Amino acid sequence: MAKQSNEPVLWVLFSAGGVMAAFVIPVQLFLLSLAFPLGWIPAPRYEYMLALVRLPLTRLYLFVLCFLALFHWAHRFRYTLYDGLQIKHLNELIFVCCYGGAMFGTVLAGYLLWNFR
Amino acid sequence: MKTREARDTRQTVRYTEYHPRWYRAHVSTWWWLAGWPYLKFILREMSSVFVAWFVVVLLLQIRALSRGPEAYAAFELWLQNPLIVLLNLITQFFVIFHAVTWFNVAPRAMAIRFRGKRVPDPWIVGANYVAWAAISLVVVWFLVRS
Repeated sequence: MAKQSNEPVLWVLFSAGGVMAAFVIPVQLFLLSLAFPLGWIPAPRYEYMLALVRLPLTRLYLFVLCFLALFHWAHRFRYTLYDGLQIKHLNELIFVCCYGGAMFGTVLAGYLLWNFR
Repeated sequence: MKTREARDTRQTVRYTEYHPRWYRAHVSTWWWLAGWPYLKFILREMSSVFVAWFVVVLLLQIRALSRGPEAYAAFELWLQNPLIVLLNLITQFFVIFHAVTWFNVAPRAMAIRFRGKRVPDPWIVGANYVAWAAISLVVVWFLVRS
């Protein structure tokens, strides 16, 4: 029996993450990391942000965003290292670092959001 | 008769480990500097690193938020650090680059048919941009409170 490849699953995560990243990251990054802290647009108050993230739906959304975006990075970065730098001899190490990193980030996001008070 | 011949052939065929070496042209590690399309490809792929950076900042923000007003204020101050601002500006460029290149190849990823005919590419790309604008407005509506 042929060994089943996990490549399709990884590709689906890459693809779903790509769609999600394309749609929501530009605007979220612009507001949260540039416009609000630099005072270009009046920032929402701390209490408002806290209440927003306390909503279970917001936390679920943030978790899915972190999970998919990280696996999108892992897959794309892995192949960039393969194709760009042609370091195919470090195959296993790159694999473990990329998906392991994504896995670690996902668990961290889950921990932070699950215990959010 | 035929099957026996086939079996005989299979038995006589011998595989050798010493197959002829393929011809492979040597490609430099820096091949992607050889032209704009190659460079664009690598830049597009590298946008994923900035997607990951966005997640890191997002997680730091969530952590600061859960730790209280002082921690959150300190986090906002950290975002004003010139180096972080520069990094976030570069990130902004790359995530928009990712979005634009992603939407522009969408017709090749989804071949949508309507009444037996394939929906023209510009329609699919256009629909993606409309959805992008709509989703961005929803996020603005949630976050921008005056």
